Amino acid sequence: MVHPYIPNSVPEVTEEMLREIGVSSSEELYAEMIPDRLRLKRPMRLPEPLVSEHDLKRHVGEILSKDGTCSNHLSFLGGGCWQHFVPAVCDEIARRSEFISAYSGENYSDLGRFQAFFEFQSMIGELVGMDVACLTTYDWGASAGNAIRMASRLTGRKEVLVPRNISPERLAIIKNFASSARASGRIGVRSVDFCLETGMLDIEVLKKEMSSKTAGVYFENPSYLGVLECQGKEVSQIAHDKGAECIVGVDPISLGVLRPPAEYGADIVCGDVQPLGVHMNCGGGLAGFIASRDDPRYVGEYPTHLISITGTEREGEYGFGHCRYDRTSYVAREKAKDWVGTETALWTIVAANYMALMGPKGMREVGEAIIQKSHYAAKLLSRVRGLRIPFSSFFKEFVVNFDKSGKNVQGINKALLKKGIFGGKDISREFPELGKSALYSVTEVHTKEDLEKLAEILRRVVG
Amino acid sequence: MTSSAKIRRYHAPVWNEPVIMELGRSGERGVAIPKVEPEIRRIVGSADAHIPSEMRRREPPHLPELAQAHVLRHYLRLSQMTLGMELNIDFGEGTCTMKYSPKINEELAKMIADVHPLQAEETLQGILEIVYRFGHEFLREISGMDEFSFQAGGGSEAVFANACMIRKYHELNGELDQRNEIITTIFSHPCDAAVPATAGFDVITLYPDETTGLPDTEALKAAVSKHTAGLMVTNPEDTGIFNPEIDEWTRIVHEVGGLCSYDQANANALLGITRAREAGFDMGFFNLHKTFGSPHGSDGPACGAVCVKKAFAEFLPVPVVTYDGKKYHLDYDRPHSIGKVRGFFGNVPVVLRAYAWAMSMGAEGLRKTAETSMINNSYLEKRLLSIRGVGKPFTTKRRVDQIRFSLQRMKEETGVGVLDVNRRVIDYGIQSYFLSHHPWVVPEPFTPEPCETYSKADIDYWAAVLEQVSKEAYENPDLVKSAPHNSSISRLNESALDDPEKWAMTWRAYLGKARRKAVSGV
Repeated sequence: MVHPYIPNSVPEVTEEMLREIGVSSSEELYAEMIPDRLRLKRPMRLPEPLVSEHDLKRHVGEILSKDGTCSNHLSFLGGGCWQHFVPAVCDEIARRSEFISAYSGENYSDLGRFQAFFEFQSMIGELVGMDVACLTTYDWGASAGNAIRMASRLTGRKEVLVPRNISPERLAIIKNFASSARASGRIGVRSVDFCLETGMLDIEVLKKEMSSKTAGVYFENPSYLGVLECQGKEVSQIAHDKGAECIVGVDPISLGVLRPPAEYGADIVCGDVQPLGVHMNCGGGLAGFIASRDDPRYVGEYPTHLISITGTEREGEYGFGHCRYDRTSYVAREKAKDWVGTETALWTIVAANYMALMGPKGMREVGEAIIQKSHYAAKLLSRVRGLRIPFSSFFKEFVVNFDKSGKNVQGINKALLKKGIFGGKDISREFPELGKSALYSVTEVHTKEDLEKLAEILRRVVG
Repeated sequence: MTSSAKIRRYHAPVWNEPVIMELGRSGERGVAIPKVEPEIRRIVGSADAHIPSEMRRREPPHLPELAQAHVLRHYLRLSQMTLGMELNIDFGEGTCTMKYSPKINEELAKMIADVHPLQAEETLQGILEIVYRFGHEFLREISGMDEFSFQAGGGSEAVFANACMIRKYHELNGELDQRNEIITTIFSHPCDAAVPATAGFDVITLYPDETTGLPDTEALKAAVSKHTAGLMVTNPEDTGIFNPEIDEWTRIVHEVGGLCSYDQANANALLGITRAREAGFDMGFFNLHKTFGSPHGSDGPACGAVCVKKAFAEFLPVPVVTYDGKKYHLDYDRPHSIGKVRGFFGNVPVVLRAYAWAMSMGAEGLRKTAETSMINNSYLEKRLLSIRGVGKPFTTKRRVDQIRFSLQRMKEETGVGVLDVNRRVIDYGIQSYFLSHHPWVVPEPFTPEPCETYSKADIDYWAAVLEQVSKEAYENPDLVKSAPHNSSISRLNESALDDPEKWAMTWRAYLGKARRKAVSGV
């Protein structure tokens, strides 16, 4: 049949084109290029196609109908991907034909795309307090990996310190970035313990681990376990005293209320913009970023796209283009600053929309709402017999310990699921030192009723 | 051959749109956030009370303040000044496979917008089924490979996963100290050189035969040694030339103990025609945002679907989606895994769209996709080579999915080169074409890829535009050199982009530099 996505599958058109080419069949063309021994000489064995989009929608809809979602469940999952409120305008812009179907057009024909990228960089710069930011990357893990490699190149050193309370998934990504086929290329990743009372970095351990080999100290605010790291100034001071870079990972939705990392000494900032108007998309919403001071040394080490504003021949008109494109792997191949590829630019545009919609007031209010609701939830849960909240200073996520309940998180989450609740992420195996614990995420989307329901059901489950 | 297509009048939208930080006024807002119940406020107190003073933000971020309609208007205007594939004949962006991404697949992807990747497996059975079936029913048959991972968020990140797997393999064999060279070719994507370098390998780049453009098997033989860790290549290469000795290449590399990784970014015209397995590859990847119809999204989100032969499945990033005959699982218990390259288990919406696209095609449709792409390419070649100043470097006659053409002759005869022509074609409402990655082995290169969703009339029109610009180059070269003339803006000041005194990646940096300039009067 003539396929709706393949106009030239109309047999007469195919014939006409083949005639113009001067061959009798596509087979003749393939035979001139691909040796017989490499050819697949049978039709592929694939499922019967569903060419009609109606049939396709029924088919996929039936498969997906088995799944639960965070819309039809009450979810407290976070751990690197979070349920936040997504303004309708973000969705509208995310599905604009122009943006969703564009790719790598040049500065003139894709002016709007370039300008949106610049605006994203500008607004992320405002949140983190930095003058340079790049387009979004694959995710926070990749950004942290890139930032650590930048620090290593900037200092010529081969060791980096990361907190013990980092997300194990992110650490696994960082380790792939730090590892090398050559011993001389390897960046050692050393872990710095955190204090079990506060959840913050153990400064004494950090001081001990620091040496003249340290390229950078990486820490997060809030940490993977939700804890606010209040020692940022000290940490950066310790790093700088030894000539190392201070790299801070942040959740940008916190920055309407939390201090921008530049103010406590960060040299490079990274994080994920998924909270800024991007749906979780089963993990497909992740999109990292990197920011730094406007120093040619730092700019020269970015692997990613950097869009600069510039002027045009017409007075008062803006244009936009790639800054120092020669850094990138598209130009410098193996001599490039690592690599840049197709990453997550649609989320760059969506996050720009989000920040513009929110403005300073919205960012402040959403940060306050998250703090108030998450602390309210923690308060309710701390009153449930058998539950303990070990760290009291947190943003959005907090650890709930179940040791005294005599039950494990797996069993508790199973029981919660029966009541339509996705309990917090089980971190008992990731952090054995925290006992039987789960990481709960509470954001602006939760209502008082949701949180009371959680507490009530947990009371019944552990009781 | 003369073109019959009539060129239409076009002008890009001109909104002269300010940067968003210049819009709105203090006090306006675009959206209200969910309410915090008074009782919560009463019990918890102010948010500030829960932030240690050293962590409190002192000064609000200088974000724009605009009403909702104005934020929307601004970004709609920016969207209008972006020439997306759906608005134009966009196959000039070769190596990118700018095919139409069906709208129904966007509807389907929406179904998982609010799914969290850490949900309990029993609440993810549907999406896990789709991910698993796309790998095991489609990619397995299309590539001949055995196991799959969808974690990589793009083609280059998939190359990273491949490079990490090669590294792990040699490490486990105790040979990593010895094996630290990756071989690629100059007409493979530059990520096949850049990414292994990040993974710590030395990179050897092979050049093709100067006359035919065919990858040089003798050069490969000279390059392999006990230091060879692996081969990472595209086939067909970005010239559209298929390496007919690719199975010999993988044999040569295997013979010295290296692994072979297949960058299948240019696979569109090979679906159902030839496969990674028969070519002897151990691993590789497909770009689901190119070949499998997921939209390009202004440059992602994307997915590089990693494929391996069974022997290498143990190295795949975790978790891997598995099926026990009854239920789907996320398998983390893989001791030799490389760990992770990206969070969670994959760029799932991209996989969902790819599954939907492949389901809408079936075996016959995929084969039709391949054949049509190839026929379109040969037909475009016929059209373009009749245009004055357009050349096709290398004597290899037939090309698979795309061709790297050259405007060298035009440049010599008129002074007008590919960069000029690229700024002029957009005056006729078609997207700028892709030239070539660096270095330009082909002088004055451009690389269109007329994949299957473009009609014969589209190809005729595109060729007619190029013919028109060629005519202008020979008759009135300044017209082309001073292009664009029908664009949203006039010519950029490009020198500022690389000048630390002038570049500005953020509005705050721009204002700071403007202020300093005003003060110093320079």
